[in-house]
Amino acid sequence: MRAPVKSPPETARRAAAPARPGFVRGALTIAAKDLRAELRTKEALNASLAFSVVILLLFSFAFDPTAEQTRALAGGLLWLVFAFAGALILNRSFARELPNDCLDALIASPVSAPALYLGKALANWVLLMAVEMVSLAVFGIFYNAAWTRRFGLLVGVVALGTWALTVVGTLFSALTVNLRLRELMLPLLVYPVLIPALLAAIQLSGPLALGEPLASDMMVWLRLLAGFNLIFTALALTLAETALVG
Amino acid sequence: MNALELDDVWKFYGDFPALRQISFQVPRGACLALLGRNGAGKTTLLRILSGLMRATRGAVRVLNADPRDGAARSRIGVLGHGLALYDELSALENLTLFARLYGFNDARAVARAWLERVGLAASAGSLVREFSRGMRQRLAVARAFLHQPEVLFLDEPFTALDDRAVTTLQDLLREAVREGRTVVLSTHQLREALGLATHVALLVRGRRAYFGPRTDEMLEDPGWLYRRYGEAT
Amino acid sequence: MREKTLIVLCIVAAILLAHNLYVILLVLPDEVAQGPIFRIIFLHVPAAWTAFLGFLAAAVASALYLVRKDLRYDAFAVAVTEVGLAFAAANLVTGMIWARIIWGIWWTWDARLTSMLVCWLLYAGYLMLRHAVEEPTQRARIAAVFSIFASVDVPIVFFSIRWWRTQHPQPVVWGGGSMDPAYWNMLFLNWVPLLLLGMVMVVIRLRQERRQRELEALRRMAHAL
Repeated sequence: MRAPVKSPPETARRAAAPARPGFVRGALTIAAKDLRAELRTKEALNASLAFSVVILLLFSFAFDPTAEQTRALAGGLLWLVFAFAGALILNRSFARELPNDCLDALIASPVSAPALYLGKALANWVLLMAVEMVSLAVFGIFYNAAWTRRFGLLVGVVALGTWALTVVGTLFSALTVNLRLRELMLPLLVYPVLIPALLAAIQLSGPLALGEPLASDMMVWLRLLAGFNLIFTALALTLAETALVG
Repeated sequence: MNALELDDVWKFYGDFPALRQISFQVPRGACLALLGRNGAGKTTLLRILSGLMRATRGAVRVLNADPRDGAARSRIGVLGHGLALYDELSALENLTLFARLYGFNDARAVARAWLERVGLAASAGSLVREFSRGMRQRLAVARAFLHQPEVLFLDEPFTALDDRAVTTLQDLLREAVREGRTVVLSTHQLREALGLATHVALLVRGRRAYFGPRTDEMLEDPGWLYRRYGEAT
Repeated sequence: MREKTLIVLCIVAAILLAHNLYVILLVLPDEVAQGPIFRIIFLHVPAAWTAFLGFLAAAVASALYLVRKDLRYDAFAVAVTEVGLAFAAANLVTGMIWARIIWGIWWTWDARLTSMLVCWLLYAGYLMLRHAVEEPTQRARIAAVFSIFASVDVPIVFFSIRWWRTQHPQPVVWGGGSMDPAYWNMLFLNWVPLLLLGMVMVVIRLRQERRQRELEALRRMAHAL
């Protein structure tokens, strides 16, 4: 350091007593930071994308499904791929704060633990949605699926399902951040909890990914997915402080 | 209002008491050197004061508020061992992030001002990954100070600093104390810390073995404190 | 709970079980449609009830731990979860044996079996999570948060899987419908010894947890000297 250090310039002095950032502002700041950091290194993004594309291709190659078989398997295949690809992104979520003790600085900052958690969940959701959109395009090509035909509804369902995965996965990522075997444990903890949401997402995505309409008795799955998301988002926000600080 | 108030603070890890009956008050504008051997509980106490952990029992007040309280956290600065910098972000991005988290509306301007102040304006756009250790420390100090905290907690700040960096950090801390801020330093390096300190606390096996003003005796013979109080349980 | 009380409870449970087994195997008539293997229901169903009771108790204990921060609640949570898991396994195995004998297949994604399997996975995950954390206070906190998530999930799992099976029916393990009142009575009667055994196991496990905590603390204190 050069000595002597200069005295604080006017901007710093004037802005000396800032207000606490609001909940939404804090969450968005964290989300933006995570996205910026991930887009710069692209580690988790590349791994996740590569994994999902490879599995989709391998499956198509190994099983060479007919149109009938694809109709039966589409939902399950897509969501298995999304769930595993998602684990790669979720793992990085809080783990990226470990080098240099950045997590301590975030927890010590005025941003509340729920806002910190929500920001990270949002960033994970965006990243996973990006991977899933590319995967859907790959799926459309290699499985001859008219996935764009019911695009709006499909994206809506995928968005809801991804939020379910993200909500639970990000909180468990916070919970397990300091543990050994985190990479193995995170998926093993998340998937059983997610089963109702996965079931709903699979039932809904199956027809939609092939451009077919949803039967009327499918609406219960949509309600289940929405309910799951509401319940677990509320639970996660409530327990975020306990999970991070205790 | 005292800067810090601890009243019968205990911290248990399972059934093991890492901190036992810690009680003391630190007035505003003081510089407290928190001393003790490894495992004495310095880091645990500092983490509780910084709002990173909760005590199991007892009352902890920082600026008359719970350290986990959001309003209190706005007035607390923390500089830990790890420096808390994102390698994949630039110096400016790092400071802007924390400026936003601490509620500044013109975060970018504040960040630039502080980069200027610690002499890193030329490297504003460079990724922290490329910085030398000295540059990282300067950036970390900027991050800790940028919201003008009224209380600062530093964990082993002099570790692995070269002499010049030590002097500069000491100057910065002295200036902070002059401005009326309270500083709490946890350290092994007695000489550097005692020169700055107005108060001293010694932890031995989780208990407060000594708390009081720093005397000239301590300054002349830093080991005296350990010899006199070191074996107390 | 004192040794003597535990032993007495075990003896009472053993006597009840012996009596029930006699009635189940020799007195009760065959169920019309299902044949002799149907008697396995007297273990299968009460085991499930015991398991659910355990999981509910774990949820309450976990919530109480987070509020009170007393490690005894955490010890109780792990004890009832482990015992619940054992009874859930008993439920799954008896269900599989039944399915094998009646349908010739070991597994069918029957609504109840599937739901119980998911519960088993959830709480096995809880135990796995505990093994990964060494420090007791941290372990209690992390486990409690997970336990609450798992408990909130359980009813949702049951509902979703039941609806799934309504839409895509599959062979159902013991079709349901009405049962002879003698059978109902025996179901409840056989639940009692299972509950007693469960309680004994929980108490033993609680003791083990307490001793473990003491050892752990002593070890740390020894290191600190």
